Amino acid sequence: MSAAEHRAARPDAFPANWTSRVAWIGLAVYTIYATSILDITWARFVTGLDNGAKFLARMFPPNMQADKLDLIATGMIESMQIAVLATFFGVLLSLPLGLAAARNLAPSWLAWSARGLIAIFRSFHPVIVSILFVKAVGFGALAGILALIVSSLGFVSKLFAEVVEEMNPKQVEAVRATGANFWNVLVMAVFPQVMARFVGLTVYQFDSNIRNSTMVGIVGGGGIGAPLFTAYQRFDYDVVLTILIIIIAIIMVAELVSGRIRRIFQ
Amino acid sequence: MTDAAARAPRVWTRFSPTERIARSMLYILTAAAVVWSMKAVDIIPEFLYDAPEQTADLFRRMWPFDWSFYPKAVHDALIETFHIATLGTIMAIVLALPLSFLAARNFTSNPILNFIAQFIFVSSRSVNSLIWALLFVAIFGPGALSGVLSIAFRSIGFVGKLFGEALEEAQPGPIEALTAAGAPRSMILVKGYWPQVEPAFWSVALLRWDINIRESAVLGLVGAGGIGVALDAALNNLYWDQVGLILGVIFAVVIVTEVVTSTIRSRII
Repeated sequence: MSAAEHRAARPDAFPANWTSRVAWIGLAVYTIYATSILDITWARFVTGLDNGAKFLARMFPPNMQADKLDLIATGMIESMQIAVLATFFGVLLSLPLGLAAARNLAPSWLAWSARGLIAIFRSFHPVIVSILFVKAVGFGALAGILALIVSSLGFVSKLFAEVVEEMNPKQVEAVRATGANFWNVLVMAVFPQVMARFVGLTVYQFDSNIRNSTMVGIVGGGGIGAPLFTAYQRFDYDVVLTILIIIIAIIMVAELVSGRIRRIFQ
Repeated sequence: MTDAAARAPRVWTRFSPTERIARSMLYILTAAAVVWSMKAVDIIPEFLYDAPEQTADLFRRMWPFDWSFYPKAVHDALIETFHIATLGTIMAIVLALPLSFLAARNFTSNPILNFIAQFIFVSSRSVNSLIWALLFVAIFGPGALSGVLSIAFRSIGFVGKLFGEALEEAQPGPIEALTAAGAPRSMILVKGYWPQVEPAFWSVALLRWDINIRESAVLGLVGAGGIGVALDAALNNLYWDQVGLILGVIFAVVIVTEVVTSTIRSRII
């Protein structure tokens, strides 16, 4: 009896999965195809690395002159204000919008129109929305605030509606059985169940608004984005580096703080 | 009497005093932050007076869309945007997978390596994709290459963090069984970890692809290729009917992407 026959008698512990193999090969073929379509070549990459070395050399050391730091501080504070106001109003408005989109509370015509509105808000990147608001209300922080309110509305109301749909219906029925009106049901049965998750969403959105408020300035929406883009266009890469370091530091601090806040409200 | 007196102080309160103080402090802080921002933020009232008029004007200029612009400049840019988002996601996954194994504390038991991987994830997520695009355009010049790289670098943190967390939640049972059977480390990875984290992997990849389609639409504003380049040109020329067309196309693509991802998700996960 040869060794090959002996092996054939045993069932394979891990049979080959041909569907997934074909899918992986397809993905690899696509990658090669798309790379060639986009004209991404090794030569370009190597030239780029050369440029990158020059770029990094111009970035270091970061520019710490007092007048530059002043300018950056003003921009950064404005970014924070944009984030605070956009989160506040965005979250305030997503409370009714989220409730309207919850299919277990709102009548279906209202739920579907609210869902349509949310889909529109969600599909555009905050930068595109702020381009439109810059045209509507002019350059400055207001355009950025309005743009981030729209994106906060899209995100928070969608997830808030999902939270409301997942809540326990028994408490709603109990409060309703006492003859309570709609507002009483909201305050006594719905909010106590969903508020903790809502605060969590708010904190998450504040985090993401801080990130986004640093770039609405690139299209004229106020905040640190404007000085960043100007410095970039003037090839003041050392100032760009300073701004980037400050942005990263602030976002890391914001992430720590929001983790703490979430723990308090759990 | 004594019974009631003994029971009286045991009034149910929802929060302990420390919790109540922490919450009140947060409410006060929030209010203070909002008031401070309202007072300090620079809003030019003159711009606000004609805002409704400007908005109406904006929509009047956008409609009807300039459909002839679609075959000329939008179609190719749209395809490019799709490739940028997809290639960027693939590249991000390739770069993030090894890092997420380094970040998972049950796979890598070296705290220094864990920390390095976490630090890379946080830095990647802190820099916005548009800012990554600025950096890569300065290095590689305008074009799709910069777009792909900025999408990839922005996504590493997202994919790596979520996939690393999925790895940490993997059951140790199958891994111990494979170790006991004498499987090499590569086989433990493929047959022990992978089947457990595969659903998480696909859901993270699809979610990020969905986000990247949206993000890649704006990269062109700073020259990193895709439909944003056409949008930037139309905006600078004040051809609002072309802007309207591009926005409509982006909206349609985003909706289609969402339908596709939710279909795939319900099929394979």
